[in-house]
Amino acid sequence: MIKAILVFNNHGKPRLSKFYQYFNEDMQQQIIKETFQLVSKRDDNVCNFLEGGSLIGGSDYKLIYRHYATLYFVFCVDSSESELGILDLIQVFVETLDKCFENVCELDLIFHADAVHHILSELVMGGMVLQTNMSDILARIEEQNKLQKQEAGISAAPARAVSAVKSMNLPQQIKDIKLPDLPQAIKDLKF
Amino acid sequence: MALKMVKGNLERMFDKNLTDLVRGIRNNKDNEAKYIAQCIEEIKQELRQDNVGVKSNAVAKLTYLQMCGYDISWAGFNIIEVMSSNRFTCKRIGYLAASQCFHPDSDLLMLTTNMIRKDLSSTNQYDAGVALSGLSCFISTDLSRDLANDIMTLMSSTKPYLRMKAVLMMYKVFLRYPEALRPAFPKLKEKLEDPDPSVQSAAVNVICELARKNPKNYLSLAPIFFKLMTTSTNNWMLIKIIKLFASLTAIEPALGKKLTHPLIELISSTSAMSLLYECINTVIAVLISISSGMPNHSASIQLCVQKLRILIEDSDQNLKYLGLLAMSKILKTHPKSVQTHKDLILACLDDKDESIRLRALDLLYGMVSKKNLMEIVRRLLGHMERAEGSSYRDELLYKVIEICSQGSYQYVTNFEWYLTVLVELILLESGSRHGRLIAGQLLDVAIRVQAVRAFAVNEMATLLETYPVTAAPNGGTMQEVLYAAAWIVGEFASHVDAPERTLAVLLQPKPVAGHIQAVYVQNALKLFAHLVGEAVRQRDVPAIDRHCRTLHDGLRSYLSSADIEVQERASSVYFLVALLRESLGGRSETTDDAAVGGLVELTADGDGTTGEGALAPAPPPPPSPPDTAWQEIEQIAGDLRELFASELNPVAPKAQRKVQLPDGLDLDEWINQPPPPTSGDASSADGGSSDDEKRFPLFLAETGGRGGGAGDRETNGGGGGSRSYKRVEYTQEELDKMRQARLLEQTNNPNYLKPAKTKASGGDYQQQPNDGYDDIPIAEIALEVPLQIHSTKRSDKYLLEADRRSGGKGVGSSRKAAKGEGAAPSGSRTGKSKRHGKKSKRYADESDTESDDPKPLHVVNTVIELPEGAILSDTEDKNNADPNDPHRALDIDLDAPFEDDYPASEVKRTKQHSVMLLRDDKPPTVDRKAAAMAVANSSRSSTTPDGENKAKKKKKKKEEGKRKPEVQEDPAAPAMMLMIGEEEEEQGRAGQEDEAAKRRKKSGRRAKEERKGKADPSEIEADEADEKKKRHGKKSSKHHAHHHHHHNHHRQGVVEPQKAGYEEVQQGGGGALI
Repeated sequence: MIKAILVFNNHGKPRLSKFYQYFNEDMQQQIIKETFQLVSKRDDNVCNFLEGGSLIGGSDYKLIYRHYATLYFVFCVDSSESELGILDLIQVFVETLDKCFENVCELDLIFHADAVHHILSELVMGGMVLQTNMSDILARIEEQNKLQKQEAGISAAPARAVSAVKSMNLPQQIKDIKLPDLPQAIKDLKF
Repeated sequence: MALKMVKGNLERMFDKNLTDLVRGIRNNKDNEAKYIAQCIEEIKQELRQDNVGVKSNAVAKLTYLQMCGYDISWAGFNIIEVMSSNRFTCKRIGYLAASQCFHPDSDLLMLTTNMIRKDLSSTNQYDAGVALSGLSCFISTDLSRDLANDIMTLMSSTKPYLRMKAVLMMYKVFLRYPEALRPAFPKLKEKLEDPDPSVQSAAVNVICELARKNPKNYLSLAPIFFKLMTTSTNNWMLIKIIKLFASLTAIEPALGKKLTHPLIELISSTSAMSLLYECINTVIAVLISISSGMPNHSASIQLCVQKLRILIEDSDQNLKYLGLLAMSKILKTHPKSVQTHKDLILACLDDKDESIRLRALDLLYGMVSKKNLMEIVRRLLGHMERAEGSSYRDELLYKVIEICSQGSYQYVTNFEWYLTVLVELILLESGSRHGRLIAGQLLDVAIRVQAVRAFAVNEMATLLETYPVTAAPNGGTMQEVLYAAAWIVGEFASHVDAPERTLAVLLQPKPVAGHIQAVYVQNALKLFAHLVGEAVRQRDVPAIDRHCRTLHDGLRSYLSSADIEVQERASSVYFLVALLRESLGGRSETTDDAAVGGLVELTADGDGTTGEGALAPAPPPPPSPPDTAWQEIEQIAGDLRELFASELNPVAPKAQRKVQLPDGLDLDEWINQPPPPTSGDASSADGGSSDDEKRFPLFLAETGGRGGGAGDRETNGGGGGSRSYKRVEYTQEELDKMRQARLLEQTNNPNYLKPAKTKASGGDYQQQPNDGYDDIPIAEIALEVPLQIHSTKRSDKYLLEADRRSGGKGVGSSRKAAKGEGAAPSGSRTGKSKRHGKKSKRYADESDTESDDPKPLHVVNTVIELPEGAILSDTEDKNNADPNDPHRALDIDLDAPFEDDYPASEVKRTKQHSVMLLRDDKPPTVDRKAAAMAVANSSRSSTTPDGENKAKKKKKKKEEGKRKPEVQEDPAAPAMMLMIGEEEEEQGRAGQEDEAAKRRKKSGRRAKEERKGKADPSEIEADEADEKKKRHGKKSSKHHAHHHHHHNHHRQGVVEPQKAGYEEVQQGGGGALI
């Protein structure tokens, strides 16, 4: 079983946290912090297994992690998982992200944390590995995205336009411009 | 109308979406908290609107904030609203939020049952998929029970995507609701042969998880798995199957024989490292399980060890780590095959990677021999000096003790060396958490190895004097060694070289814990008894007077101790001394007055409290007392010595537990009337320190055992459970006879060392107290250089000596090493620099045979005391499994005909959960509710899980009796029963706790009355070893992160082909692992 999946950057900022066992928010933050401290002090050329997170797991649990550029991907697993298998799973996860975001980087994870969660849920469900075949995973994600687009349909067009405008980094003030109260304006027109 | 919608849409456009939120947080780094508080206000506004799109946007933002550590449970109801939306987009957001913040105890979950049921049966497979993914994170017992059937239906859906998810989901259902396992199992089994490989894999996954804890119930599936193993190409699934076989062979060795061949074939054929590694692991498990009578048994072991060696030698640290991990499994059963790779493992001790070093440390346990123990320990000590991270150092310390003490010190040849190592450890790691362990070792060695007792006693005397008490940082328990040191010094007082000085040291007030102070007081008395005894023999009245004064003065600070135990002991001793002084002839009126006048007064009187009394020029000797008085003195001194005269023998671990309870002794009965709840305040009023008294209960399990009494052991015995004790009562005659028989046996037993008077008991105390402090005698070693008392690495000299000895024997290879050392002055410390240089050479020497193992210099006393007729065994400790483990309830015999138990019609009705509940005959222990259910249902329960203790059983029966008619009358009222059951359970537990407390109290009191069984280091050791093992996994607290600043992380590809992965097999067809 996988107990938790954490992604954080080189400074310990969480980019994704998925706990398959309940911890309250404070505890989750402590676990992330502790895990970061354990993992970050390790050189890049040492092994990717680590025992001894005191907050999560216990003696049966291990941290298995990979370090990519600015991000750490950490899986906390028990002895029923194969160590090398989980390392491969991390690789699959990252490669899937790479496919979905087209050359993924930390910023993608920052701004699309929800999308990352949706992708992860196609790999792991409730702490158990669901699917390891990347083409299957990608197909499922693609279908669900399509579904989402269909639902959005025409009505989402303006929203998309606005978000495009927002992405142009217009000053924040635009948000403060209040639209006139439409029905009232129409009433005024009648005169 | 249309306009309103347009307006809604327009407003939505300008709501902050998730991206805006994230950007805002990044732009407001300085006042992030304030910005987020503002955003949460906005979110609250949005949640109040009717538009589900607005709501889902708000919930999406909340999910992000949850990751940042904000509690969003207040929005639980809104999350459910979003989950129930018809739009997939919103549903997905809602379920994601729910999976992140809901938990099985959420009250809100009861609102979700029908909605989730609806989603599960949705025509859109992704609606159901999203629901399953979310549900897997927060499913509760109620949801499991209510939705089990719906999920089971999905297991036979036409869509493989849903089948796969439903199969995995069932495992979560089983965990919460074990009753579902039996009806679902046939279907689960069917899924093992599903046409879709992903569904197959999911089913294998679930069964692996189930079988890991209860393998015997899944043996019948072995043929299916065997077929899968030989046909499948999905590496992920193969790994799982192979892991499963490892747990199956443990209980069915016959399976192993069949497995070996295909596994070995896989080992030699596969190129996927992950698969190879798991195969090796399972072959190891097979080889462990089957008897060694198998023909090519050793060949398989050899193959495994060879493959592992390749892994360990690999430059990839991951493989190295795993290789060591697997080696440690082989070590347990085939130590010889691992020992041939000693060089490799010892080399790993120097690896830069802590994980690997820790693994290598595990293996060290099996690597030591009499010959190389000293060298290995010296290396570990060297590591300890250099290593950073207190937890790693602690681990090293633990390992040193573990490898030295294994098998009753079977590899330790020189106990003076071992004691020196222990003292070095103490000084090296003042912040260690293993203080108790070391204290236990000190006691054990001092008691069981009589030959080094004198050495031990004087080492301890020095330790007491020099140990920097204040240096112990918080969290460390190293102070505990003072407990052991004080006890050893007092108990074996006749061996102390400078007893007067040691007595003074014991009486110096030190900021140590109460239970240690108590031992100080007690052992000061022992030392005093010894000193006075000697002085009386010599008729040395001034000496008696001097000792009396030392003790008398020294006790003052203890008399006012905040710890009641210390105070009590100090008072007793104080008056004992006063008595003696009185007989010495009226010289002590002043202090007597003080003593009679009350204890409080003494606190103000601070002069002469320390050892100065002993060192001060002696006052004019008192006139020789008249003969009658002298007799009195002799009498008192004799009595004092008598108190501590008898020899203490080591007691077997858990021996106390094996003592049979005499008839008519009821441990649960109060000795006195139970105190009223407020009595703590009352008694503290006269004790004078209310707070401290409460903080230090008299018979704290932890301290009691060390408190000189036998409280701990007794408590262990009493707390051992509610087993019924029976004891044969012996008459005095019988007891005498048995004692004589035992003595006879001891004299005939070559392993038993008779207590030998090592020192002429009169001699040493006569020396002037000031001389002889600095030459703690170190036997058998002629040193040109005078030893400083606590130089680092005193232990090295023993190694040198051992080398010299072996060099003298003329063994060719080892002479070389010895020669290297011979060049250095044969002084105590040859310097560390040299040590490193000769390392490699030394290990080359160690491959020779055991035949020239060094002869042990000291013998360990292996005789341990046990109650008559008891056998040394650990059978009681079988059931230490976690009682909360849901898998215990899943231990269900799945091969038993199921249809008999559950007629088909009833299986169908599982939805109305009452039927299932009432018919089930498993006592689940998932949680209190389930347990209560089981109570209600256990009418047919004949087997209770092993761990259930008797009290529980009894209670169960009682409840069962009460409830049974109710159950039969109204089988459809589980909810009501749940409530009742819960209440009763709670009451029952409270009652049990009361009883336990009573028992503790009583046994503690009994313990105090008997002085017997006081020295029980082996048990302390055993207990602590257990404890340590539990704490095995640990974290490094020292954090020295090097932040790698990557400022240029914009659009920098994250995926780099850093590591090739372990899957060379990427065969087509998508079956291959990843």
